[in-house]
Amino acid sequence: MTDATQNIGTTAGEGQFGDYWALLKPRVMSLVVFTAAVGVFVAPVSVHPFIAMVSILFIALGGGASGALNMWYDHDIDTIMKRTANRPVPSGKVAPGEALTLGLWLSFISVTMLGLASNWVAAGLLAFTIFFYAVVYTMWLKRWTPQNIVIGGAAGAFPPMIGWAVATGGVSLESVLLFCLVFMWTPPHFWALALFMNNDYTNAGVPMLTVTHGKRETRKQIFIYAVLLAPLAIGAAFTSIGGWIYLTAALYLNAKFVWGAWKLWQREEADAEADIYTAEKAYFRFSLVYLFASFSALLLQAVWVKAGMGAW
Amino acid sequence: MALRVEHELHKRRFGRNLGVGLLLVGFVAIVFGLTVVKVQNTGFVEGYDHVARPALIPDEGGN
Repeated sequence: MTDATQNIGTTAGEGQFGDYWALLKPRVMSLVVFTAAVGVFVAPVSVHPFIAMVSILFIALGGGASGALNMWYDHDIDTIMKRTANRPVPSGKVAPGEALTLGLWLSFISVTMLGLASNWVAAGLLAFTIFFYAVVYTMWLKRWTPQNIVIGGAAGAFPPMIGWAVATGGVSLESVLLFCLVFMWTPPHFWALALFMNNDYTNAGVPMLTVTHGKRETRKQIFIYAVLLAPLAIGAAFTSIGGWIYLTAALYLNAKFVWGAWKLWQREEADAEADIYTAEKAYFRFSLVYLFASFSALLLQAVWVKAGMGAW
Repeated sequence: MALRVEHELHKRRFGRNLGVGLLLVGFVAIVFGLTVVKVQNTGFVEGYDHVARPALIPDEGGN
Protein backbone atom coordinates (compact mmCIF):
# COMPACT_ATOMS: atom_id res chain seq x y z
CA MET A 1 0.00 0.00 0.00
CA THR A 2 1.35 3.40 -0.92
CA ASP A 3 1.13 6.63 1.06
CA ALA A 4 -1.45 7.86 -1.40
CA THR A 5 -3.84 4.99 -0.76
CA GLN A 6 -3.33 5.42 2.96
CA ASN A 7 -4.37 9.04 2.66
CA ILE A 8 -7.51 8.46 0.62
CA GLY A 9 -8.46 5.63 2.94
CA THR A 10 -8.91 8.03 5.83
CA THR A 11 -12.52 8.06 6.97
CA ALA A 12 -12.40 10.73 9.68
CA GLY A 13 -14.49 13.75 8.82
CA GLU A 14 -15.75 12.37 5.52
CA GLY A 15 -19.25 13.59 4.88
CA GLN A 16 -21.91 11.60 3.05
CA PHE A 17 -24.30 13.11 0.53
CA GLY A 18 -26.87 13.69 3.25
CA ASP A 19 -24.40 15.75 5.26
CA TYR A 20 -23.84 18.14 2.37
CA TRP A 21 -27.58 18.26 1.85
CA ALA A 22 -28.02 19.18 5.53
CA LEU A 23 -25.65 22.14 4.99
CA LEU A 24 -28.36 23.68 2.81
CA LYS A 25 -30.87 23.73 5.71
CA PRO A 26 -33.61 21.71 3.93
CA ARG A 27 -36.35 22.82 6.32
CA VAL A 28 -35.64 26.48 5.60
CA MET A 29 -35.48 25.62 1.91
CA SER A 30 -38.95 24.07 2.06
CA LEU A 31 -40.30 27.36 3.43
CA VAL A 32 -38.45 29.24 0.69
CA VAL A 33 -39.94 26.96 -1.97
CA PHE A 34 -43.43 27.47 -0.62
CA THR A 35 -43.32 31.27 -0.21
CA ALA A 36 -41.52 31.78 -3.54
CA ALA A 37 -44.06 29.55 -5.30
CA VAL A 38 -46.91 31.62 -3.84
CA GLY A 39 -45.10 34.78 -5.02
CA VAL A 40 -44.95 33.41 -8.57
CA PHE A 41 -48.50 32.11 -8.59
CA VAL A 42 -50.33 35.12 -7.16
CA ALA A 43 -48.59 37.53 -9.56
CA PRO A 44 -50.80 38.98 -12.32
CA VAL A 45 -48.49 37.70 -15.09
CA SER A 46 -48.55 34.01 -15.93
CA VAL A 47 -45.26 32.14 -16.27
CA HIS A 48 -44.55 28.98 -18.24
CA PRO A 49 -44.88 26.13 -15.70
CA PHE A 50 -41.40 24.78 -16.43
CA ILE A 51 -39.78 28.20 -16.04
CA ALA A 52 -41.73 28.75 -12.82
CA MET A 53 -40.61 25.38 -11.45
CA VAL A 54 -36.97 25.89 -12.39
CA SER A 55 -36.97 29.44 -11.00
CA ILE A 56 -38.38 28.27 -7.67
CA LEU A 57 -35.77 25.51 -7.60
CA PHE A 58 -32.92 27.99 -8.03
CA ILE A 59 -34.40 30.42 -5.51
CA ALA A 60 -34.40 27.50 -3.06
CA LEU A 61 -30.84 26.61 -4.06
CA GLY A 62 -29.79 30.21 -3.37
CA GLY A 63 -31.42 29.90 0.05
CA GLY A 64 -29.50 26.66 0.57
CA ALA A 65 -26.25 28.35 -0.46
CA SER A 66 -26.73 31.06 2.16
CA GLY A 67 -27.43 28.29 4.69
CA ALA A 68 -24.09 26.64 3.85
CA LEU A 69 -22.28 29.97 4.19
CA ASN A 70 -24.03 30.50 7.53
CA MET A 71 -22.90 27.07 8.75
CA TRP A 72 -19.33 27.78 7.64
CA TYR A 73 -19.13 31.05 9.54
CA ASP A 74 -21.09 29.96 12.61
CA HIS A 75 -19.46 26.59 13.21
CA ASP A 76 -17.75 27.89 16.36
CA ILE A 77 -21.01 28.85 18.08
CA ASP A 78 -22.95 25.94 16.54
CA THR A 79 -20.64 23.63 18.50
CA ILE A 80 -21.72 25.27 21.76
CA MET A 81 -25.47 25.34 21.16
CA LYS A 82 -27.40 22.13 21.83
CA ARG A 83 -29.84 22.87 19.00
CA THR A 84 -27.06 23.12 16.40
CA ALA A 85 -24.30 20.86 17.75
CA ASN A 86 -25.26 18.03 15.40
CA ARG A 87 -24.96 20.11 12.23
CA PRO A 88 -22.46 18.70 9.70
CA VAL A 89 -19.62 21.15 10.43
CA PRO A 90 -19.63 21.18 14.26
CA SER A 91 -20.07 17.39 14.30
CA GLY A 92 -16.93 17.04 12.16
CA LYS A 93 -18.58 15.40 9.16
CA VAL A 94 -17.87 18.30 6.82
CA ALA A 95 -14.86 20.62 6.99
CA PRO A 96 -15.61 24.37 7.33
CA GLY A 97 -13.73 25.05 4.08
CA GLU A 98 -15.97 22.60 2.22
CA ALA A 99 -19.07 24.38 3.50
CA LEU A 100 -17.63 27.70 2.31
CA THR A 101 -16.75 26.35 -1.12
CA LEU A 102 -20.15 24.71 -1.54
CA GLY A 103 -21.92 27.89 -0.42
CA LEU A 104 -20.00 30.12 -2.82
CA TRP A 105 -20.44 27.83 -5.82
CA LEU A 106 -24.12 27.27 -5.19
CA SER A 107 -24.60 31.04 -4.81
CA PHE A 108 -23.00 31.60 -8.20
CA ILE A 109 -24.92 28.78 -9.90
CA SER A 110 -28.31 29.71 -8.40
CA VAL A 111 -28.07 33.43 -9.24
CA THR A 112 -26.77 32.81 -12.77
CA MET A 113 -29.36 30.14 -13.52
CA LEU A 114 -32.23 32.20 -12.10
CA GLY A 115 -31.15 35.13 -14.28
CA LEU A 116 -31.04 32.92 -17.37
CA ALA A 117 -34.28 31.12 -16.56
CA SER A 118 -36.39 34.16 -15.64
CA ASN A 119 -34.94 37.67 -15.48
CA TRP A 120 -32.07 39.61 -13.90
CA VAL A 121 -34.25 41.57 -11.49
CA ALA A 122 -35.17 38.30 -9.78
CA ALA A 123 -31.53 37.16 -9.96
CA GLY A 124 -30.34 40.45 -8.47
CA LEU A 125 -32.81 40.12 -5.60
CA LEU A 126 -31.59 36.56 -4.98
CA ALA A 127 -27.94 37.70 -4.96
CA PHE A 128 -28.85 40.44 -2.49
CA THR A 129 -30.73 37.93 -0.31
CA ILE A 130 -27.70 35.63 -0.13
CA PHE A 131 -25.43 38.58 0.66
CA PHE A 132 -27.87 39.84 3.29
CA TYR A 133 -28.15 36.49 5.06
CA ALA A 134 -24.50 35.46 4.84
CA VAL A 135 -22.80 38.82 5.43
CA VAL A 136 -25.23 41.31 6.98
CA TYR A 137 -27.01 38.84 9.27
CA THR A 138 -24.52 36.02 9.93
CA MET A 139 -21.23 37.92 10.00
CA TRP A 140 -22.38 41.27 11.25
CA LEU A 141 -25.71 41.50 13.07
CA LYS A 142 -26.08 38.10 14.71
CA ARG A 143 -23.24 38.51 17.19
CA TRP A 144 -23.52 42.27 17.58
CA THR A 145 -27.06 43.42 18.27
CA PRO A 146 -30.24 42.03 19.87
CA GLN A 147 -32.02 43.38 16.77
CA ASN A 148 -30.20 40.63 14.83
CA ILE A 149 -33.23 38.63 13.82
CA VAL A 150 -35.38 41.71 13.23
CA ILE A 151 -33.13 43.03 10.46
CA GLY A 152 -31.76 39.64 9.48
CA GLY A 153 -35.32 38.43 9.04
CA ALA A 154 -35.35 40.37 5.78
CA ALA A 155 -33.33 37.57 4.21
CA GLY A 156 -36.15 35.11 4.83
CA ALA A 157 -38.72 37.63 3.61
CA PHE A 158 -37.26 38.06 0.13
CA PRO A 159 -38.30 34.71 -1.50
CA PRO A 160 -41.96 35.66 -2.18
CA MET A 161 -40.73 38.98 -3.56
CA ILE A 162 -38.26 37.14 -5.80
CA GLY A 163 -41.07 34.82 -6.92
CA TRP A 164 -43.19 37.85 -7.81
CA ALA A 165 -40.21 39.32 -9.73
CA VAL A 166 -39.83 36.04 -11.66
CA ALA A 167 -43.35 36.58 -13.01
CA THR A 168 -43.49 40.36 -13.37
CA GLY A 169 -39.84 41.37 -13.73
CA GLY A 170 -40.25 43.99 -11.02
CA VAL A 171 -41.38 44.98 -7.54
CA SER A 172 -44.80 46.34 -6.58
CA LEU A 173 -46.98 47.08 -3.56
CA GLU A 174 -48.21 43.49 -3.43
CA SER A 175 -44.73 42.01 -3.39
CA VAL A 176 -43.64 44.51 -0.73
CA LEU A 177 -46.61 43.35 1.40
CA LEU A 178 -45.60 39.71 0.89
CA PHE A 179 -42.13 40.72 2.08
CA CYS A 180 -43.59 42.55 5.09
CA LEU A 181 -45.70 39.54 6.03
CA VAL A 182 -42.61 37.36 6.54
CA PHE A 183 -40.43 40.21 7.81
CA MET A 184 -42.78 41.22 10.64
CA TRP A 185 -43.61 37.61 11.45
CA THR A 186 -39.94 36.65 11.99
CA PRO A 187 -39.29 38.43 15.33
CA PRO A 188 -42.28 36.91 17.20
CA HIS A 189 -41.43 33.51 15.71
CA PHE A 190 -37.76 33.50 16.74
CA TRP A 191 -38.24 35.27 20.06
CA ALA A 192 -40.86 32.68 21.06
CA LEU A 193 -38.18 30.07 20.32
CA ALA A 194 -35.57 32.07 22.25
CA LEU A 195 -37.84 32.16 25.31
CA PHE A 196 -37.45 28.41 25.80
CA MET A 197 -34.00 27.97 24.19
CA ASN A 198 -32.43 30.88 26.09
CA ASN A 199 -29.55 28.91 27.61
CA ASP A 200 -28.24 28.01 24.17
CA TYR A 201 -27.89 31.64 23.14
CA THR A 202 -26.47 32.66 26.53
CA ASN A 203 -23.78 29.97 26.37
CA ALA A 204 -22.85 30.90 22.80
CA GLY A 205 -22.74 34.62 23.59
CA VAL A 206 -25.30 35.45 20.91
CA PRO A 207 -27.02 38.71 21.96
CA MET A 208 -30.60 37.54 21.52
CA LEU A 209 -33.15 39.86 23.04
CA THR A 210 -33.79 37.31 25.80
CA VAL A 211 -30.10 37.50 26.75
CA THR A 212 -29.60 41.26 26.56
CA HIS A 213 -32.97 42.61 27.72
CA GLY A 214 -34.52 39.68 29.55
CA LYS A 215 -37.59 37.58 28.93
CA ARG A 216 -40.10 40.18 30.18
CA GLU A 217 -38.99 42.66 27.51
CA THR A 218 -38.93 39.88 24.89
CA ARG A 219 -42.55 38.99 25.67
CA LYS A 220 -43.50 42.65 25.24
CA GLN A 221 -41.66 42.88 21.92
CA ILE A 222 -43.37 39.73 20.63
CA PHE A 223 -46.72 41.41 21.31
CA ILE A 224 -45.63 44.70 19.65
CA TYR A 225 -44.50 42.93 16.47
CA ALA A 226 -47.64 40.78 16.37
CA VAL A 227 -49.73 43.98 16.56
CA LEU A 228 -47.64 45.67 13.85
CA LEU A 229 -47.91 42.60 11.63
CA ALA A 230 -51.73 42.45 11.74
CA PRO A 231 -52.58 45.57 9.67
CA LEU A 232 -49.98 44.68 7.05
CA ALA A 233 -51.25 41.11 6.75
CA ILE A 234 -54.90 42.16 6.70
CA GLY A 235 -54.10 45.11 4.42
CA ALA A 236 -52.85 42.72 1.74
CA ALA A 237 -56.44 41.51 1.43
CA PHE A 238 -57.36 44.86 -0.15
CA THR A 239 -54.77 44.70 -2.93
CA SER A 240 -54.90 42.80 -6.21
CA ILE A 241 -53.77 39.58 -4.52
CA GLY A 242 -56.50 39.74 -1.88
CA GLY A 243 -60.12 38.76 -1.70
CA TRP A 244 -62.68 37.48 0.75
CA ILE A 245 -60.98 34.08 1.17
CA TYR A 246 -57.70 35.65 2.20
CA LEU A 247 -59.42 38.35 4.26
CA THR A 248 -61.32 35.74 6.28
CA ALA A 249 -58.14 33.75 6.91
CA ALA A 250 -56.08 36.86 7.73
CA LEU A 251 -58.65 38.15 10.22
CA TYR A 252 -58.78 34.83 12.06
CA LEU A 253 -55.03 34.14 11.99
CA ASN A 254 -54.00 37.63 13.06
CA ALA A 255 -56.57 37.79 15.84
CA LYS A 256 -55.22 34.50 17.18
CA PHE A 257 -51.59 35.58 16.71
CA VAL A 258 -52.10 38.88 18.56
CA TRP A 259 -54.17 37.27 21.31
CA GLY A 260 -51.53 34.58 21.80
CA ALA A 261 -48.83 37.24 22.02
CA TRP A 262 -50.89 39.17 24.57
CA LYS A 263 -51.25 36.05 26.71
CA LEU A 264 -47.49 35.41 26.49
CA TRP A 265 -46.80 38.96 27.62
CA GLN A 266 -49.11 38.57 30.62
CA ARG A 267 -47.45 35.33 31.68
CA GLU A 268 -45.13 35.33 34.65
CA GLU A 269 -41.72 33.75 34.19
CA ALA A 270 -42.24 31.51 37.22
CA ASP A 271 -45.40 30.07 35.65
CA ALA A 272 -43.55 29.48 32.37
CA GLU A 273 -40.73 27.66 34.13
CA ALA A 274 -43.21 25.62 36.15
CA ASP A 275 -44.91 24.19 33.07
CA ILE A 276 -41.68 23.96 31.03
CA TYR A 277 -42.67 26.80 28.66
CA THR A 278 -45.73 24.98 27.32
CA ALA A 279 -47.47 28.17 26.15
CA GLU A 280 -44.28 29.52 24.54
CA LYS A 281 -43.73 26.27 22.66
CA ALA A 282 -47.37 26.28 21.54
CA TYR A 283 -47.05 29.89 20.33
CA PHE A 284 -43.87 28.99 18.42
CA ARG A 285 -45.69 26.09 16.73
CA PHE A 286 -48.67 28.30 15.93
CA SER A 287 -46.36 30.90 14.36
CA LEU A 288 -45.38 28.24 11.81
CA VAL A 289 -49.04 27.44 11.17
CA TYR A 290 -49.76 31.17 10.85
CA LEU A 291 -47.27 31.69 8.04
CA PHE A 292 -48.18 28.50 6.21
CA ALA A 293 -51.92 29.24 6.47
CA SER A 294 -51.51 32.88 5.39
CA PHE A 295 -49.63 31.96 2.23
CA SER A 296 -51.98 29.04 1.59
CA ALA A 297 -54.93 31.44 1.77
CA LEU A 298 -53.23 33.72 -0.76
CA LEU A 299 -52.68 30.73 -3.01
CA LEU A 300 -56.29 29.61 -2.65
CA GLN A 301 -57.46 33.14 -3.38
CA ALA A 302 -55.38 33.22 -6.57
CA VAL A 303 -56.74 29.83 -7.67
CA TRP A 304 -60.27 31.11 -6.99
CA VAL A 305 -59.72 34.25 -9.07
CA LYS A 306 -57.93 32.43 -11.90
CA ALA A 307 -60.76 29.91 -12.04
CA GLY A 308 -63.02 32.87 -12.86
CA MET A 309 -64.88 32.82 -9.55
CA GLY A 310 -64.33 36.56 -9.08
CA ALA A 311 -62.23 38.84 -6.91
CA TRP A 312 -63.16 42.01 -5.03
CA MET B 1 -1.21 -9.37 -7.66
CA ALA B 2 -4.66 -9.19 -9.14
CA LEU B 3 -5.92 -5.79 -10.12
CA ARG B 4 -8.55 -4.77 -7.59
CA VAL B 5 -10.89 -2.38 -9.34
CA GLU B 6 -13.25 -1.94 -6.42
CA HIS B 7 -11.32 -0.06 -3.77
CA GLU B 8 -12.86 0.33 -0.33
CA LEU B 9 -12.97 4.04 -1.06
CA HIS B 10 -15.35 3.46 -3.96
CA LYS B 11 -17.80 1.65 -1.72
CA ARG B 12 -17.57 4.31 0.96
CA ARG B 13 -18.14 7.14 -1.46
CA PHE B 14 -20.73 5.38 -3.61
CA GLY B 15 -23.68 7.27 -2.11
CA ARG B 16 -21.94 10.58 -2.47
CA ASN B 17 -20.87 9.94 -6.05
CA LEU B 18 -24.30 8.66 -6.99
CA GLY B 19 -25.90 11.78 -5.51
CA VAL B 20 -23.55 14.10 -7.40
CA GLY B 21 -24.09 12.11 -10.59
CA LEU B 22 -27.87 12.35 -10.30
CA LEU B 23 -27.63 16.07 -9.60
CA LEU B 24 -25.54 16.59 -12.72
CA VAL B 25 -28.02 14.61 -14.82
CA GLY B 26 -30.81 16.71 -13.32
CA PHE B 27 -28.93 19.91 -14.12
CA VAL B 28 -28.44 18.86 -17.74
CA ALA B 29 -32.16 18.03 -17.97
CA ILE B 30 -33.04 21.48 -16.57
CA VAL B 31 -30.77 23.29 -19.03
CA PHE B 32 -32.19 21.23 -21.90
CA GLY B 33 -35.76 21.88 -20.77
CA LEU B 34 -35.09 25.60 -20.41
CA THR B 35 -33.61 25.71 -23.90
CA VAL B 36 -36.66 24.01 -25.39
CA VAL B 37 -39.10 26.31 -23.57
CA LYS B 38 -37.14 29.48 -24.38
CA VAL B 39 -36.86 28.58 -28.06
CA GLN B 40 -40.57 27.76 -28.24
CA ASN B 41 -41.45 31.07 -26.58
CA THR B 42 -39.26 33.03 -28.99
CA GLY B 43 -41.69 32.29 -31.80
CA PHE B 44 -40.95 31.96 -35.49
CA VAL B 45 -37.32 32.77 -36.35
CA GLU B 46 -36.55 33.75 -39.97
CA GLY B 47 -33.07 32.66 -40.96
CA TYR B 48 -30.75 34.52 -43.31
CA ASP B 49 -30.99 32.80 -46.66
CA HIS B 50 -28.48 34.80 -48.80
CA VAL B 51 -31.33 36.45 -50.66
CA ALA B 52 -31.91 40.19 -50.49
CA ARG B 53 -35.16 40.91 -48.67
CA PRO B 54 -36.61 44.36 -49.35
CA ALA B 55 -38.69 44.14 -46.20
CA LEU B 56 -35.52 44.49 -44.10
CA ILE B 57 -34.31 47.67 -45.86
CA PRO B 58 -35.25 50.84 -43.90
CA ASP B 59 -37.82 52.97 -45.59
CA GLU B 60 -36.21 56.37 -46.35
CA GLY B 61 -39.02 57.85 -48.36
CA GLY B 62 -41.26 58.52 -45.42
CA ASN B 63 -43.97 56.24 -46.82
